[in-house]
Amino acid sequence: MMLMKRRDFLKIGAAAGAMASIYGCAAGAKASGHVVVVGGGYGGATVAKYLRMWSEGGVQVTLVERNPTFISCPISNLVIGGQKTMEDITISYEALRSKWGVRVIQDDVVAVDATKKTIALKGGSALSYDRLVLSPGVDFMWDEMPGLKSAEAQSKVLHAWKAGPQTIALRKQLESMKNGGVYAIAIPKAPYRCPPGPYERACLVANYFKQSKPKSKVVILDANEEVTSKKGLFTKAWSDLYKGIIEYRNNSEVKDVEAGSNTAILEFDKFKADVLNVIPPHRAGDIARTSGIKLINTRWVDINWLSMESTNTPGIHVLGDAIFPAPAMPKSGHMANQQGKLAAAAILNMLSGLDPNPEPVVMNTCYSFVDAQSVIHVSSVHQYDAVTKSVQPVKGAGGVSVARNELEAKVALGWAKNIWADMLA
Amino acid sequence: MKLLSPLVAACLLATAATAHAADPNLGRNLAATCANCHGTNGQAVKGSGMDTLAGMEKAKILQKLADYKSGDKPASIMHQISKGYTDAQLDLIATYFAAQK
Repeated sequence: MMLMKRRDFLKIGAAAGAMASIYGCAAGAKASGHVVVVGGGYGGATVAKYLRMWSEGGVQVTLVERNPTFISCPISNLVIGGQKTMEDITISYEALRSKWGVRVIQDDVVAVDATKKTIALKGGSALSYDRLVLSPGVDFMWDEMPGLKSAEAQSKVLHAWKAGPQTIALRKQLESMKNGGVYAIAIPKAPYRCPPGPYERACLVANYFKQSKPKSKVVILDANEEVTSKKGLFTKAWSDLYKGIIEYRNNSEVKDVEAGSNTAILEFDKFKADVLNVIPPHRAGDIARTSGIKLINTRWVDINWLSMESTNTPGIHVLGDAIFPAPAMPKSGHMANQQGKLAAAAILNMLSGLDPNPEPVVMNTCYSFVDAQSVIHVSSVHQYDAVTKSVQPVKGAGGVSVARNELEAKVALGWAKNIWADMLA
Repeated sequence: MKLLSPLVAACLLATAATAHAADPNLGRNLAATCANCHGTNGQAVKGSGMDTLAGMEKAKILQKLADYKSGDKPASIMHQISKGYTDAQLDLIATYFAAQK
């Protein structure tokens, strides 16, 4: 769909206005104003594009993103496993600029003033908004992991839980590791970003070891009682494909790290690895926490599911991993994209003086590679429920793969192409 | 008028389809939940292996979805996803995609 010329847009707006008076229908009501979006990931890039597309250029959109390009977390485990390169998961923001007319600014947001409706940028300038969308992802709770507070420790014991330099750095650590070494991955207590992601990573690292360093081991130190996603399918892959390579330890919360010796400190135990990969507990991105909007458990943003708007700060909408999730809703890129569209529709209604759609629907699909050719999925559909004022998983819908299979590996890569285009092309 | 007709159609549909105050863009919003895999407005990325739904006949889309729902058509994932939507929602989705060029 091309952006309409303003002249044509006005013509249609006037005609639709006439329709509205006849049919009581506001489909043509014109939204205008300025929306600032903070964070250009799965949520932020989507809401920016859809605001421009659905308002046919009527709403001005500024996207503030600290990185020069988008780098995808989904598929990044294939870079760590050696199947893909960083180029494969890196996409430019250029089409958002040139095709959709989004003003993309590379900067950091340092403060939000919800009363004046302005944000301050690290570069020194300020932006005013009619509505603000925060899609800041997560930041790590380093206070919970004192041994990882220093930059030096963080460069040695990697998380690679934000795709970027750490992704390639972890790959290099694995390549440098001796045959017979041990790679350990520490998973925080749920909720965390991408529930199946750590188990997928364990599979793909084990796949690499099996082919290139067969004496090596993978140890999963999981803070949770059990595998948090696709449990049966992952455990079957471990016993079928990686027997003697992957060892799973539940209730094994890593409390701290001695970075110098690559040692994870557990409650009653220590574990030394050759490559230690610790995903620290995380919470809503810092800008969401410092902007005064309501949080739940001091970690996740409380939002209204009809609009993704903060429950205590009108005019600020929050998307993606930063929010307190609805029941059975994962923190995933797919879900952030869905929330971006929910927010875009609601914001355009609100800018036109209408109520948000009273019956929003979001859905999730998540594919995990268990080796280079085989994939498993989990899916769910969530419908708004007026009683709980939340989106609830539809009973009888969704589910997981019957078994790992090669067809879904093609589908997973097709999913990536389409969702990246849906956000950024 | 050519440009206007989809809007008029959307208005009429929204008015006719529901007794309560449905969102005038409900079909558009619901169809957007499919875009992650099937492309923006149902235009799948070429070579991605996903079905392009834009411009597909409404009856054909509805038949496919019904077959996924009933289990008549085997699927890796669509049998699970189609069950998450009401028939009225699937009708709105099919109407929207059929109207896309």
